[in-house]
Amino acid sequence: MIERQYDHPDKIYVQVEATFYPDGRIEPKSFLWDDGRRFDIDRVTDVRRAASLKAGGIGTRYTCKVLGRTAYLYREEDKWFMERR
Amino acid sequence: MSPKERVILHSDMNNFYASVECLHRPEIRGKAVVVGGDEEARHGIVLAKNYIAKKAGIKTAETLWQARIKCPGLIVVPPNYPLYLRYAKYAREIYECYTDQIEPFGLDEAWLDVSGNDGVMVADEIRQRIKAELGVTVSIGVSYNKIFAKLGSNIKKPDATTLVSRENYQAIAWPLPVGDLLYVGPSTQKKLYWQGVSTIGELAAMPVDCLQRLLGKVGCVLHAFANGLDQSPVARLSQESLIKSIGNSTTTPRDLVCDDDVRILLFVLCESVCARMREQGVLSRTVAITVRDSELFSVDRQAKLKAPSCISGEIADAAMQLFRQHYTWHQPIRSLGVRCTDLVPAGGLQQISFFDDEVNRQRREALERTVDSIRNRFGHSSVQRAAVWADQPLGSINPKGDHVIHPVGYFKDGMKA
Repeated sequence: MIERQYDHPDKIYVQVEATFYPDGRIEPKSFLWDDGRRFDIDRVTDVRRAASLKAGGIGTRYTCKVLGRTAYLYREEDKWFMERR
Repeated sequence: MSPKERVILHSDMNNFYASVECLHRPEIRGKAVVVGGDEEARHGIVLAKNYIAKKAGIKTAETLWQARIKCPGLIVVPPNYPLYLRYAKYAREIYECYTDQIEPFGLDEAWLDVSGNDGVMVADEIRQRIKAELGVTVSIGVSYNKIFAKLGSNIKKPDATTLVSRENYQAIAWPLPVGDLLYVGPSTQKKLYWQGVSTIGELAAMPVDCLQRLLGKVGCVLHAFANGLDQSPVARLSQESLIKSIGNSTTTPRDLVCDDDVRILLFVLCESVCARMREQGVLSRTVAITVRDSELFSVDRQAKLKAPSCISGEIADAAMQLFRQHYTWHQPIRSLGVRCTDLVPAGGLQQISFFDDEVNRQRREALERTVDSIRNRFGHSSVQRAAVWADQPLGSINPKGDHVIHPVGYFKDGMKA
């Protein structure tokens, strides 16, 4: 059986560019927002598993600094999503 | 608790399926929600409910139409088992940070032996982590034995820790209804009721020989449970734990009315059971069937095989023979199950027979392994027996793919009094 996916307007699946390190770490470098704008991630300050109540999902949560603001980027198995503000 | 005393936690995810669905679908949060089986396939019962649905009086296992009468506007969502399995895996990863002695009980419950630690502190930390990392809540019972730990996890919900210690168990556990105890089902409860026993405390106070006369072997076990004397260890079970039996059952899309219907379904079930036996590298020596008729009356029958086998044709023949011997078609059939027990490792030495064609058996097994690999690559329906095409709705059931993990018995090696 394949896991059923749920769509929600506050859950935005995004295209991500990331660096895969030899030790297995993954560091996202930039993402493509749903309006076509690309944002560079200046720094990842925290990585942990966490639930997103707003978007409805769980995954590895990367706390990212983008243009001086904090944004959460979630890796849900092999997809990435963000919460709409 | 003294330092040498065992410290056992029982962690129970609150309204597991319903909580996971509500987390993943923000739009249904705050409404009455149940996770329900497929009504068209006649699996239309409540599998799990959230607190709002519970308040409306909805009970697990009641039919969805009954639930809708109790609660107009009820939201019914289908189960998403792969997602629940993922949660169970994540929860286990959290438990593994505290102990390697983890015994799962179904997908949503587990015992943890954290002896040497402050049980309540560990429990509180696990609760906080599960809430933050998985977005669902757990209730945890902390005690010096598994039975009281399980009772404890049931006392305060959701998201709570309950300590059942040697000092307070009489105040906490004994007033609970006797039906809360593991292994006290409706029939045992009724027998106890007629003896004037309705709470765990009353059960604990009953002389053990009276209980044994009343209930047999289980009487002694329940006496020990109620008095906090259960010594059973928290098993170190991996997810691929020691398997005692492999089985599949299904409630059919329509009632079965003749031997041909049963044969189709037995083939489907046996293929699934045998594919899983091959995956696990085991052979079975005993086949058991469960037949439940349209009045929900069920019978179990089992028989030894001539030789250990994982060949679905052989298992299906044995199951069909059992069925013919023991079922008289007084009622149509609603659900059917096949279970292979008495398992032996597949690679071991085997007594082969002079009278059976061993070469042919090996070829049949090789053929089935080939079918397994084709199905793994191209999907379950890519290769099928001609027989299952005789009735598509029945034949298209995929019990292996739809298979779900249920709790195994508390006594994995049988009950020892």
